[in-house]
Amino acid sequence: MPTAPLLELDKLSTHYVSAAGTRVVRAVDEVSLRINAGETLGIVGESGSGKSTLALTLMRVLPPAARIVSGRILLEGEDLVRKSEEEMREIRGKRIAMILQDPMVSLNPLFTIGDQVAEPIRVHEGVSRATAWTRARELLRAVRIPSPVTRLKQYPHEMSGGMRQRIVGAIGISCEPRVLIADEPTTSLDLTIQAQYLNMLRDLQQTHGLALIFITHNLGIVAKMCDQLAVMYAGRLVESGPVSRIFRAPSHPYTRALLNSIPRMGDPDQRLTAIDGQPPDLSNLPPGCAFAPRCAQAMPRCRDAAPPPFMPEEGRTSRCWLAEPVAAGADFRVANGVV
Amino acid sequence: MAVIEAAGLAKHFPARRGLFGGAGGTVRAVDGISFAIERGQTLGIVGESGCGKTTTAKLVLGLEVPTGGTMRFEGRDVHRLDRAGRRHYRKSVQAVFQDPYASLNPRMRISAIIAEPLTTNEKLPPAAVRERVLELLQLVGLPARAADLFPHEFSGGQRQRIAIARALALSPQLIVLDEPVSALDVSIRAQILNLLRDLQARLGLSYLFIAHDLAAVAHMSHMIAVMYLGKIVEAGEARALANNPKHPYTEALFSAALPSHPDERREEIILPGEVPSPLNPPAGCRFHPRCPQAMARCAEEAPELRDIDGRILACHLFDDAAAIAAPTGTGAAADRQEAVSLASSPLQRASKAATGA
Repeated sequence: MPTAPLLELDKLSTHYVSAAGTRVVRAVDEVSLRINAGETLGIVGESGSGKSTLALTLMRVLPPAARIVSGRILLEGEDLVRKSEEEMREIRGKRIAMILQDPMVSLNPLFTIGDQVAEPIRVHEGVSRATAWTRARELLRAVRIPSPVTRLKQYPHEMSGGMRQRIVGAIGISCEPRVLIADEPTTSLDLTIQAQYLNMLRDLQQTHGLALIFITHNLGIVAKMCDQLAVMYAGRLVESGPVSRIFRAPSHPYTRALLNSIPRMGDPDQRLTAIDGQPPDLSNLPPGCAFAPRCAQAMPRCRDAAPPPFMPEEGRTSRCWLAEPVAAGADFRVANGVV
Repeated sequence: MAVIEAAGLAKHFPARRGLFGGAGGTVRAVDGISFAIERGQTLGIVGESGCGKTTTAKLVLGLEVPTGGTMRFEGRDVHRLDRAGRRHYRKSVQAVFQDPYASLNPRMRISAIIAEPLTTNEKLPPAAVRERVLELLQLVGLPARAADLFPHEFSGGQRQRIAIARALALSPQLIVLDEPVSALDVSIRAQILNLLRDLQARLGLSYLFIAHDLAAVAHMSHMIAVMYLGKIVEAGEARALANNPKHPYTEALFSAALPSHPDERREEIILPGEVPSPLNPPAGCRFHPRCPQAMARCAEEAPELRDIDGRILACHLFDDAAAIAAPTGTGAAADRQEAVSLASSPLQRASKAATGA
């Protein structure tokens, strides 16, 4: 009997509703996922797939127009959806933390690095400024920032992009959270700096036993860093499972098309398989499977009814009629969220 | 024949003195680089921020005037052209930029955007312009009705097609592609890369392709030049260079590229530190402070670009190989003939010219 996962999403839905209440955008629609301590999960999707809204939902920092309409977020068995804002303040940063995409936006230009790294420690642990600063110095060392004592007294503009990104990482882990969400953490970094940063994140994860969640559009990051993969399309989780198995044999046509559309190194004769058309408008989704209009294998049925998450094999899900079990009486194999 | 050929090309910017009169100096954004692009081929330039790849693109586009070196287009020195020659050059070299949300005027209809280069450069009757616009739209895979719409009515991928149509309007020979797909959604990128490759095959276009996605550059390019702090450190045939990088920087750069499959395991070389400022580049080889294989002489003497087994390299590690390869070099010569001629003649000649000057 496996132990309960560290974090479990159970049919989680977040919708944006327009001021007049006439337009509803199903940014996150019935997403079920689980992640264990020490695991790395990659949530992949294009812009508008709902992956960033999912991250904001997990942190419960949604903009006013967005609402969690159903589902549960179980962190170590506790449902975050039911927590009050006060209770969330205790959890955010301490048990579940997030690294944002742009370090220039997430760091305050008017405060020193030391103040910003020490702030969550002082807030969550109520320790003195001196103690918090000592911890901050250790954190800067952990994210491999040279001469941390000097750096603590400096301001964000005095640092390079790579260093700022590492400082945001240091803030993320300052209170030793159980889950760390990284939203496109390396898009603004150069290749060699990106490699440094990803290695640092992996080290942090191993030393702290974190569950790491990468929100990204980059399948390369998934291939390099992640154990588990979740592919989102138009607000839905279209496929999930272990990275190596999905890369070897994708089940959902969208995942397959995505994998075939990226250039591989050292294979210049490769013909890229382009995916025709473009991602749909989330406020105006087609009635059936949202990918059907772009899918090379679409059947009439796909346009009528959206497929539920099937389980093509143990530990994997796929929202595609092609993954429907053929044997009669196999309905129990439909992954009812989590079995 | 090479469409464009640069020899010892340099662009130095005077560093502005600070508000309180801080130290001035020179930013050596591009510092004596040489390359050639053959008809119908693609030269990819890779490197990290500050390596000078965008300045190189601007020099080729004539948006910056070089402070040294020469650039020849169809054999003629670009900076000694008369008015007509200059006009011809500007028509022959076009650009597609990264962000199609910024590069298309939101207040112009697509037909006007694509027709603008035609109406400013050529005296054509309106009917002929319209016909050409429709032809271009078809060429980039857009419906004719797109002509009467505005940019906001299109997605990123479609906008990039419009930008490509505009670049093609004057039937150029060379197109500078500066990160043409990095602003696009992953599922759209392949559409644009495929379109660019098809257009190249159909129209015999040459491309200067600049991108930070190494796999995309390797996929699109015939030749690749790797830049570090304003200099080319390695150049050669794309497939060979990507599969077997020789310069320690190229090696580290390609090892840092993200894998395309989780089973793909390569030895990772993590470089210490960051790219130094081009305002004050390190003495000797500019890469030596971060180089895992640096030797004493790397700090003192800048390595010259040399042809080693059909690869252009600037690294002291290959000093011995160069000495041995130079007199014999028959095997290498055969390789080179198979490879594109950039590797052999112009680059080498140019690097000699640059050192002689």
